[in-house]
Amino acid sequence: MANMAPAHTPESTGADGETRRDFLLHTTVAFGAVGTAMAVWPLISSMNPAADTLALSTTEFNLGGLQEGQAVTIVWRGKPVFVRYRTPAEIEAARNTPMNDLVEPAKDEDRVKKGKEKYLILVGVCTHLGCIPLGTKAMDARGDFGGWFCPCHGSHYDTSGRIRKGPAPENLKVPPYQFLDDTTVRIG
Amino acid sequence: MSTEKSVWRRAFEWHEARLPLVSFIDNSVGSKYPAPKNLNYFWNFGSLAGFMLVTMILTGIFLAMNYTPHKDMAFDSVERIMRDVNFGWLIRYMHANGASFFFIVVYIHIFRGLYYGSYKAPREVLWWMGILIFLAMMATAFMGYVLPWGQMSFWGATVITNLFSALPIIGEPIVTFLWGGFGVDNPTLNRFFSLHYLLPFVIVGLVVFHIWALHIPGSNNPLGIEAAPADKIPFHPYYTAKDAFGLGVFLLVYFAIVFWYPNILGDPLNYVVANPLVTPTHIVPEWYFLPFYAILRAIPDKLLGVLAMFGAILVLFVLPWLDTSRVRSANFRPWFRVFFWLFFINGLVLGWCGSQLPEGLPLVLGRVCTFYYFFFFFVIMPVVGWMETPKPLPASISSPVMKAAE
Repeated sequence: MANMAPAHTPESTGADGETRRDFLLHTTVAFGAVGTAMAVWPLISSMNPAADTLALSTTEFNLGGLQEGQAVTIVWRGKPVFVRYRTPAEIEAARNTPMNDLVEPAKDEDRVKKGKEKYLILVGVCTHLGCIPLGTKAMDARGDFGGWFCPCHGSHYDTSGRIRKGPAPENLKVPPYQFLDDTTVRIG
Repeated sequence: MSTEKSVWRRAFEWHEARLPLVSFIDNSVGSKYPAPKNLNYFWNFGSLAGFMLVTMILTGIFLAMNYTPHKDMAFDSVERIMRDVNFGWLIRYMHANGASFFFIVVYIHIFRGLYYGSYKAPREVLWWMGILIFLAMMATAFMGYVLPWGQMSFWGATVITNLFSALPIIGEPIVTFLWGGFGVDNPTLNRFFSLHYLLPFVIVGLVVFHIWALHIPGSNNPLGIEAAPADKIPFHPYYTAKDAFGLGVFLLVYFAIVFWYPNILGDPLNYVVANPLVTPTHIVPEWYFLPFYAILRAIPDKLLGVLAMFGAILVLFVLPWLDTSRVRSANFRPWFRVFFWLFFINGLVLGWCGSQLPEGLPLVLGRVCTFYYFFFFFVIMPVVGWMETPKPLPASISSPVMKAAE
């Protein structure tokens, strides 16, 4: 730097027309902006799920008490999860549906575990605007396709939980789960 | 350079003509506010106090998102903030230590006003607004300290609310009213949370009046004489830059405490959950209340003690008329300067007395210091003003410098 122009006062301009004072101003503002962003980050981050909330993210359930044709609602992360023991007729209806009839094409085989095809496990939240579809209780309306029917805005789901009619854009979600033994399932 | 205004410039001027928001800020703390050119670093503490107010409100809003104001859940919700909430420990330590640093800054701000005579005409109402802010801060800090529902929270709340029981006849009904029950209990915690959230915004309003009142005569200065227009410089960039530098130094100290000694200013007993059946053997308020607590205990009469404690702050309202000297800055008042520093040390000693058990030396010392506290306001302030011969004041802020140059 010693070979730079002599008499480099704060107001003197460099080759690009920028003064030293401009440089100081810009670095100060840049440091201030970075500092402010770093100060805001913890505040914003504190609104994300806390450690104890994340720790609630698995639920275990025993399928032993479930009868054929019956369905139950269990709670996972504070939200309903549908577990349905499907009849052979319901499984067949789901498997024979042509892909062309589906809004979001998905094979029934891919929505259940192999060897446990009779158990359908779904997040019980309508993909339209978050209501809980009817169809789990014995006397519920099940919609035109024998699965679930959302009373809020009239979405119909089939016996694989796939959207068939109405405003919902996607199939009911399949949560991550695994069978711990023959009748115990862990969701999450 | 083109003489054509850019579209952004025109849009800005269009909006500014309808709502002069930027001009308002520029007139308040920007390039259109002329400030005396000789302000020293003690003048940094006003903007630092403003910074702390914003910090406390911001961290407080995010703490409130995870806090539960119920006697059975408050303590655990605070522990959850410390352990489970992302950065909860940082936000809570910033808030808890922030209260202490807010008071440090405001005490320096008040003592600066005392030393340089910033309360004197024509700044009396500006001074009043400052005292109101100080009172609102004390109420806010006290109620905030109750929220974690630890042992000190509970018994501090019990003792402070019971101060009002000293009043004859109306005392007991007032205390029951403050509690919303027969003791400090869940209704008390609920209302303290509500008011603790409300009062900071009242303080923001008072700050607006404080700054408004400041702009009528303009800032005082270390010489205490009127600043001629030629002796003023724009607040921005001169004092914004100086305040920013001071802020950086302040933040180093503040965050050194937040990161390395976050509990040094707090009482460990407040990490024990509140128990209405057991009073801790030695209860003390937070450090910033200690001098006033010492005054309360110095007087061996319940009602007089309470009146003395409140009087210690209320006397500040009449200070502009107790001080008979027309010279503002203590730099030109040889006698007052001595008594001022005695008063400052007196305040520190009172604070120490307040932290000790009220017996033996701390009690005697507390009484001597309480006497001097009021003696300073009611006797020294008027008498020294009459008797003292102040040093000659310079004709202008520039003149001593010009003379030295000759």
